[in-house]
Amino acid sequence: MKQAVLSFLRGGGSALPGYRLALGGTLLWTGFFIVLPLCALIIRPWQDGVGAMVAATHDTRMFAALWTSFSSAFVAALLNVPLGLLLAWALVRGDLPGRKVADALIDLPLALPTAVSGITLATLYGPQGWLGAPLAKLGLVLAYSRTGIVLALMFVGLPFVVRTVEPVLKNLPRDMEEAAVLLGARPWQVVTRVVIAPLLPALVTGFGLAFARGVGEYGSVIFIAGNQPFKSEIAPLLIVVRLQEFDYAGATAIALILLLTSLLALVLVSLVRRRLSVWGEQR
Amino acid sequence: MSVQVEHLVRYAPGSTRRLLNDVSLDVPTGAFVALVGPSGAGKTTLLRAIAGLDTFEQGALLLDGQTMGSMRDRARKIGFVFQNYALFPHMTVAKNIAFGLDVLPRSERPSRSAIAARVQKLLDLMQIPDAGPSYPMRLSGGQRQRVALARALATGPKLLLLDEPFGALDPIVRRSIRTWLKALHERLGLTTILVTHDQDEAVEIADRIVVMQHGQIVQDATPEELNRNPQTAFVMEFLGEAPSFNGIVRDGLMVPDEAGLLPFPVDASVSPGAVTAMLRPYEIQVCRPDECSAQGQVVSLLAEGARNGYRHYRAQLAERSVPFCVPDCTENTVEIQASGLLDISRARLFRDGERCG
Repeated sequence: MKQAVLSFLRGGGSALPGYRLALGGTLLWTGFFIVLPLCALIIRPWQDGVGAMVAATHDTRMFAALWTSFSSAFVAALLNVPLGLLLAWALVRGDLPGRKVADALIDLPLALPTAVSGITLATLYGPQGWLGAPLAKLGLVLAYSRTGIVLALMFVGLPFVVRTVEPVLKNLPRDMEEAAVLLGARPWQVVTRVVIAPLLPALVTGFGLAFARGVGEYGSVIFIAGNQPFKSEIAPLLIVVRLQEFDYAGATAIALILLLTSLLALVLVSLVRRRLSVWGEQR
Repeated sequence: MSVQVEHLVRYAPGSTRRLLNDVSLDVPTGAFVALVGPSGAGKTTLLRAIAGLDTFEQGALLLDGQTMGSMRDRARKIGFVFQNYALFPHMTVAKNIAFGLDVLPRSERPSRSAIAARVQKLLDLMQIPDAGPSYPMRLSGGQRQRVALARALATGPKLLLLDEPFGALDPIVRRSIRTWLKALHERLGLTTILVTHDQDEAVEIADRIVVMQHGQIVQDATPEELNRNPQTAFVMEFLGEAPSFNGIVRDGLMVPDEAGLLPFPVDASVSPGAVTAMLRPYEIQVCRPDECSAQGQVVSLLAEGARNGYRHYRAQLAERSVPFCVPDCTENTVEIQASGLLDISRARLFRDGERCG
């Protein structure tokens, strides 16, 4: 028995010392910090009885909020894809003077407290803001609407697209483009067929990350969204509202639906990516 | 397609160092030319300039007697195989090969079935008929090399430029693909320029070898001429093992500095003074002091066994040892003794690296 345990801990023939011990530790760690909270989230809604759960799912305000969250996150992530690609391109291929500074700035939305970005965006795009006021005169109201939500989500999601595309673009051999030109491809054919096509898996990954971040984003959105129920209220905000009303069943029901839908969306993204990168697999 | 390069000069970006220094080269239609030389000699730079991938500061480049302006003029007339093949990883082999046809405007593009037929024909020609549906990542090095070649040939170019295409292949595949490429060149009536750093490869495949060094062409000749008449010590050394012996020419006689070497008469055109004699190991001969009526200190000779039809030896000079060999055949009854004098009279003479006799 003792020998069996020791041999398990040593990891049999693995080159890593203490492989099994490390694996066990990692699994335990992941279990405590990821799987356990997720399980709690799945179990908690049912503790107040199935009736409360069923009642919670009849809440049209909740579905409106979920729709707002998912559709805004989707649109923001989608808009971030071309923008992120362009930025990554400028960073990798461009020879602009302020490139190093721009490179550092891109990660800033990740480091900034989300409330700070929210307030900044609200003052900038608000009806009295620097950009908001002239735009309002032109009839474009950005803040306190769906557009505002998308704007905020684009701000926080952009680094994900840039950072996933950048290394792949950097490793793309230059001579592939030269080969395409020598084979008679026009510049736009070179870009679409030889450069963007191999970047697609990375772009989809970036999209997935930006989307996931967008669905869960709270701080930066609430200041610019206006938060009108049924119009510009996001699901994470509704959870907070429900909690303040001591409606725990309602809050956890939203959380559960949010979790399951996000999971489904991410699985879908990963399937698409797998499909697109079938050429990269070694036999 | 003939290629004429006239006094081409290309500087390293942002410096005055010349990557190509007044290079002139004339490749007639149907020729198979190999550009050889050590790393950094400018072989690839010259090839890229011919393809139009790089610009140059001075000189002229004529393809079929005409200056080619833009990339678009050249595209499709030149097939280029890159050192690491530059295959498109996200396309199947068939799509890779068809690329040059797929990008044509609709009015010029062959029909789908015509493209598929052309791709299959090229795959058959490359002897990889079943590779069409696989992705490049799943192919072996030799197969990728053939795909790259098929892709370059798909548009029907008249000029084929190959940048060290055999670098990543193992010796057996290299040898077979070499002879196969030579046959293909003749069958398709191509003009081919091949860059390689392997002189054996160049000698075997090309009908003309251009040796480059420091961005200049050192010698441009047939393999046979190059072997018989190397213009500089560098070419002599680059083409194969070449022991060198310093000595002094006086009274029409080359007297080696080292002991154990026989003095030998030289051509009257060689002026007196210090020279370097270089020759191939199989050109060194051995004689016993009593046989060749010469005085001198004998050197000890070490047998190293037979390979490739030669019996190899090593002659122990005062401060170094020199390899030499004799044909390994039964008629060759002349026993190499344990010691003797080296006869290097078949050597070429060089002074300051330049040929002088």
